[in-house]
Amino acid sequence: MYKIEKSQLPGLLAAIAAREDLFLPIQKSGQANFGLWSGDADVDLNTLKTVKSGKDCFFPQSETLYSCRKEEGKLAIDPAKLQETPFVVFGMRACDVQGLKVLDNVFLKDAVDSFYAARREHGTVVALACHEPEETCFCKVFGIDAAAPGADVACWFIGEELYWKALTEKGKALTDQVKELLTEAEEKAVEEEQEHIRAVIDKLPYSHLDLSVFREKSTMELFDSPRWEELYHPCLACGTCTFVCPTCQCYDIRDFNTKEGVQRYRCWDSCMYSDFTMMAHGNMRTSQMQRFRQRFMHKLVYYPDNNEGMFSCVGCGRCVSKCPASLNIVKVIKKLGGDAQ
Amino acid sequence: MQVEEKKEFRPKIVAFCCNWCSYAGADLAGSSRLSYPADVKIIRVPCSCRVNPMFILRAFQRGADGVILCGCHPGDCHYTTGNYYARRRMTLLFSMLDYLGVENGRTRVEWVSAAEGVKFSTTMNEFVAKIHSLGENVRLEDLRCKRD
Amino acid sequence: MQERLVERAKELLADGSVVRVLGWKQGDLGYNPEPAYFNSPEELSDFVYDGFCGANLSKYMIQAGKLEGKTLVFLKPCDTYSFNQLIKEHRVKRENTYIIGVGCKGTLDVEKMKDAGIKGIESVCQEGDLLKVQTIYGEKEMPFGDALLERCTVCKGKTHQVYDELIGAEEGEEAGPVGNRFAQVEELEAMSPEERFAFWQGELSRCIRCNACRNVCPACSCLKCVFDSNQFDSAQKANADTFEEQMFHIIRAFHVAGRCTDCGECSRVCPQRIPLHLLNRKFIKDINELYGTYQAGEDTDSRGPLTDFTFEDAEPGVVVERSSGERGKR
Repeated sequence: MYKIEKSQLPGLLAAIAAREDLFLPIQKSGQANFGLWSGDADVDLNTLKTVKSGKDCFFPQSETLYSCRKEEGKLAIDPAKLQETPFVVFGMRACDVQGLKVLDNVFLKDAVDSFYAARREHGTVVALACHEPEETCFCKVFGIDAAAPGADVACWFIGEELYWKALTEKGKALTDQVKELLTEAEEKAVEEEQEHIRAVIDKLPYSHLDLSVFREKSTMELFDSPRWEELYHPCLACGTCTFVCPTCQCYDIRDFNTKEGVQRYRCWDSCMYSDFTMMAHGNMRTSQMQRFRQRFMHKLVYYPDNNEGMFSCVGCGRCVSKCPASLNIVKVIKKLGGDAQ
Repeated sequence: MQVEEKKEFRPKIVAFCCNWCSYAGADLAGSSRLSYPADVKIIRVPCSCRVNPMFILRAFQRGADGVILCGCHPGDCHYTTGNYYARRRMTLLFSMLDYLGVENGRTRVEWVSAAEGVKFSTTMNEFVAKIHSLGENVRLEDLRCKRD
Repeated sequence: MQERLVERAKELLADGSVVRVLGWKQGDLGYNPEPAYFNSPEELSDFVYDGFCGANLSKYMIQAGKLEGKTLVFLKPCDTYSFNQLIKEHRVKRENTYIIGVGCKGTLDVEKMKDAGIKGIESVCQEGDLLKVQTIYGEKEMPFGDALLERCTVCKGKTHQVYDELIGAEEGEEAGPVGNRFAQVEELEAMSPEERFAFWQGELSRCIRCNACRNVCPACSCLKCVFDSNQFDSAQKANADTFEEQMFHIIRAFHVAGRCTDCGECSRVCPQRIPLHLLNRKFIKDINELYGTYQAGEDTDSRGPLTDFTFEDAEPGVVVERSSGERGKR
């Protein structure tokens, strides 16, 4: 366990960035999102939740897979480069880190996604504990401890200091690189802060949601529930919930004609969109109710079925605060019979 | 010291010309042997009001440095009123582009009749000179379409 | 007022004048009610009408209008402009709708409360000009006016443009002074083109292409949006290049120009809080100045400014004269 004075933080960030790319929450016109550090960046480590999660750093919203163009009458293909250099993502929260584990199950299992795998291999995650959780948070429900984020390095802001603890080999390597800036510290202060955080989290309105219904009822029973029909009406079919979500992993592959050639790229897709799963014969989900149901069935039923009970929701609460129609996964969990009361 | 040789900037101009007046005006300019820069690429449209704001933005995306729309003089539209609608639309669109910080000289509307070969030629010369002075379009560019 | 609305809705449901009610349903956080249908008097026990009912229900009437039987809908004054505009465009059926115009004291923006440092909101109540907020971190308060949605600080007025009856319309009439809704547009116009470009880059580059602005917009009522076309060589959901964001927002604003009532829903729902209303208001301001004052949704039969013209209209070159960059040079 190490610590560093808050006032020394810019120096620490600069030291990391001098060696490798550093991604962290940056304010742009008032909103915090993960971005590449630069000397004049408006770094914001206080905002609890960036608008988009840090998922972008490993699975960007859009990325080119390869491009092809005509060269002397032949077709030349340039595959996009995989990540080859190490980088650091600083300031993710416990929920977002768990989000990466959800993505790992999808992208690192059979048929490994080489783009994602390369970034996971080279990325080191430094996570921050959540000192002031918000009413929309419900990570506790999924067994996540916001007081002890399980990343490569975990950090706590206590008083005028940042406490730093390496948890993995990668984390230790990063710690060694910046060791001259850190000083040794006792665990005690952190343990006290953790108690405090856990006490706050216990009081949050969503902290005691009951998920047993998704374990007990059969998939078909949940699928055919009349509740979906009651739930979906306010949904505007936008992609807000999907794009701010740390665990949504669906993507589409498209071609862009640059007039010089073609760039094949992939971009996040949303199951809320009417062209999701559009195929030559048409679309098998024809109504918004079906699309809405798909999103939540995937998160709460299909994904756990395939991943030893691990839910594909981490309770970050972004969809709770961002949905234009105030719909969200919590309302779905409650309505399907999971309310604790 | 090595000085990198800079290529001379040749602006790319897209000119949307209505079939009935301006395209014929361009024809007349040609047959009268009036010159205008080869940087102007003409796209024939049935009427100036056929031009959708998206056409103009797409032209910029694909590398145009300036876009000009030519149609029949107000009152002379082949379809009676098309150019009146185009006039309002383009005024608002250009104003919006200006509001977003895109140089307002990059877009232009000019009414050119089938008899105005001279006007067509001078307009195009002027417009190319203007775009030349503004330089390359960077504010409405799509990086994917840039040759490196 | 909420009780009066529920009571009247129950009456209308009971006597068969309407078969369903479109209103707002109590959320689970004290600030997140959702638009909802109520099909029976019992369901109305969840009905809520408070400062967080910002959602413009006119948008939902496009769907509801296609359902069998008459729908009762509650519309705030600014929502009625949207409804009128939809009547003009034949997107809703007036005869299928029973409109109760509800009074409005202004709707609240929970993001502004968070800006003021209020975290962990449990419940919110209004006492006079103050908003008392119960949070996990203790009781907080802030002036009501400071928590209003931007659109409400420049309110168009408390007069309903279309309704069958009014309930509580007197409420909100005593609301505080409203600002000039074009003030921000004017500020931008006064900047140099470089500054404007930098401003919009900062805003539009945050766009995540979620399409919430489009989907919530009552004016965006196309059955299939041009951006959803699969003939596109790009995708409406990909933020692949800053150009795409610029184009999407320019074209979207253009497509609703002359039809946008300035209801402000686009800015309310944007997850990145991009001030999209500034694009729409630029068009409204230009239309007012060039073609005469026009407020979309004030009537149901006049011609819109972009489906109309005069012989004397300004030439597009007027843009150069009106632009600040040029003005500065003179």
